[in-house]
Amino acid sequence: MKKVIGLLAAIVLSPLSFASSETTVTIAGSTSVSHVLEVLGETYQKKTGIDVEVQGMGSSAGIVAVKNGITMLGMSSRELAIDELTDMNTTVIAHDGIAIVINKSNPVDNLSREEIKKIYRQEITNWKEVGGEDKPIIAVTRDVSSGTREEFEKILGLKRIVNNIEVSDISQRTLVGNGNGMVKTLVANNIYALAYISLGSVDNELLVKALSVDGIEATNEHIFSGDYKLARPFIVLYKKNVAQPALDFINYIMSDEAQKIIEDQGYISIAQSHN
Amino acid sequence: MNIGNKSIPQTAQSISTKKQDWVGMFFHFLFICSALVGVISLATIAWFLFSEGLPAFRQAGVIDLVFGNEWLPPALFGIFPMIVASLASTIGAVVIGVPIALLTAVFLAELAPQWLANIVRPAVELLAGIPSVVYGFFGLVIIVPAIEVIFNIPAGNTVLAGIIVLAIMILPTVITISETSLRALPPVYKEGALALGASHIYSIFKVLIPAAKSGILTAIALGIARALGETMAIIMVMGNAPAMPGSLLEPARTLTANIAMEMSYATGIHASALYATGIVLLVFIVILNAAILYINKKRAY
Repeated sequence: MKKVIGLLAAIVLSPLSFASSETTVTIAGSTSVSHVLEVLGETYQKKTGIDVEVQGMGSSAGIVAVKNGITMLGMSSRELAIDELTDMNTTVIAHDGIAIVINKSNPVDNLSREEIKKIYRQEITNWKEVGGEDKPIIAVTRDVSSGTREEFEKILGLKRIVNNIEVSDISQRTLVGNGNGMVKTLVANNIYALAYISLGSVDNELLVKALSVDGIEATNEHIFSGDYKLARPFIVLYKKNVAQPALDFINYIMSDEAQKIIEDQGYISIAQSHN
Repeated sequence: MNIGNKSIPQTAQSISTKKQDWVGMFFHFLFICSALVGVISLATIAWFLFSEGLPAFRQAGVIDLVFGNEWLPPALFGIFPMIVASLASTIGAVVIGVPIALLTAVFLAELAPQWLANIVRPAVELLAGIPSVVYGFFGLVIIVPAIEVIFNIPAGNTVLAGIIVLAIMILPTVITISETSLRALPPVYKEGALALGASHIYSIFKVLIPAAKSGILTAIALGIARALGETMAIIMVMGNAPAMPGSLLEPARTLTANIAMEMSYATGIHASALYATGIVLLVFIVILNAAILYINKKRAY
C-alpha cells in the first residue's frame, strides 16, 4: 500500500520537480550502468555546473521512466525490444561483461555454461557436482526488471515457453536480490552463494571473486576477442525530442575524456570494442 | 458620556458574536476537511487499485490468480505463495512480538521502578523512529548469519529471518498503545483487586489486562497491519523467491515485496496483476479491522 502511494506521488511529482530546474539532467535505469554514470555525472557536474541525477532501478524501469517522461535519459544493460524502440533513440556508450561471482572462500574457479544453466534450473544443487566441496549451492538471481538478468538468460538459453509467452527458466526457489549492490552483499556474506553481476562492478576489496566460464577468464581482453561469451552493451536511451542539456551530456559521455573514465572504471569503451 | 458608555459594550458584543460565528464556521469546516482527508484518500486508493487490478482478475481469473502457485510474468500470475508468505511472516511476528510487547507494557505501566522506566520507554519510542531499511540491514548482517549458524542451513534469507525482524518492528506500536490503555484504567480496578486480597501479579493478569482488552486488541491490530504492510526490511532479509515456502527455513516473497520489486517497470497485464496483489492486501487489512471491530463490539454488550 505504502509503495503504491509512494509510486503515485513519485509519478505525479517527479516531472514537476525536474522541470523546475533547467540545469539538471535526470537519468534512471540499469543499476549496472548507473555504477559508471554516477562517476561521469560527478565529473560533468564539476566541469560544467550542470547537475546530473542518476538513479539505478533496473533497465526495464528506466525504459518505462523515459517513455512516461519521468526522466530525460534512461540506462539499459540490455538491447531494447522492438516495441520499446518506438520514438526512442539509443546510444551504446560502453560494453560490459556479466561476471559469475562466488564468495572468495569458495575454492571453485571455473564453471561451464552448461553447469551454470543447470545450477539456475536447480538441476545441480551441490558444489561437489562441479568440482567443489560437498556443500549446497545457493544461487542468487536478480529481479525481472534487471537488464543483466535478461541478457544472462538470453545468452545461456535460460528461457522457456508458457502459454505461448517466453518466460524465465530460472528456478522459482532461487533467491532474488534487487540491484547489483544487494546481490554483491549476499554473495560476500554467504560462502555457498553463486550469482551474476556486472563485471565492471566486481572489485577485489569485496569478498567476491569472478569465475572463469568454459575455462576463459572474465577479463576485458577476452570480451574484445569474443572468447568470453557473457557480454552485453551499455545503452543510454532518450526520446527523440529530448532537451538540449541531456544531449550535451550524451556528447560528453561519448567524448575521449569520458570514455577514458569508463575504461578506468573497468568497463570497455567504444573505441576499445571497435579494435 | 452616557451614550458613549452604552454604545461601546453593544458594539463590542455584536462584533464578538459575528467574530465567533465566523471562527466557529471556519473551524467546523476545518474539522470536516481534516476528517475527509483520510476517507477520500482511502476511497481514491481503493478505486485506483480496483480499476487497475480488475483486468488481471478478468484475464487470469480470480481463482488462478489468488490460488495459482506460479508467478511467471507475463505468462502466469499466481500469488498464492506470496499470500502464504505474508500470512506466515505476520502470524509469526505476532506470536513472537505480541507477548514480549504486552509484558513490556505491563512492566512499564505497573512494575518498573521510575529510573528503569525512564530508560526503557525512550528506547522503545526510538525503536519506532528507525527507518525500515535500517531494520533490513540489521537483519541482513546479524539475523541472517545467526540463522545460518543456529539451524545449520546454507542461506539464512528465510521466512524466519523476516519473522524476527517484523517481531522487533511491531514492538513499539504494541507496547505504546497497550501501556496507554493500561494507564487509562480507573485506579479503582486495581485498588479493588488488591483490597480483596489478590496479589499484584494476580490483579495484573486477571483484572487489569482483561479490563484493557479493547485497547490491547487495537494495539495488536495496528501491529499486524504494520507487519503485513512492511516492505523494505522484508525484501532485504527474506530472499524473495516467488516459490511456495516449504518451511520457515526457506526463502519466500511477501505480497508487498512483490509489488515493490516489480511495480517500477511492469506494464500491461503484469502491472495489473501487481495492483491485484494490492487488492488482496487491502482485503486482508479490511478483514483484520472488521474482526477487531466485531470483537470489541461483542465485548461492549
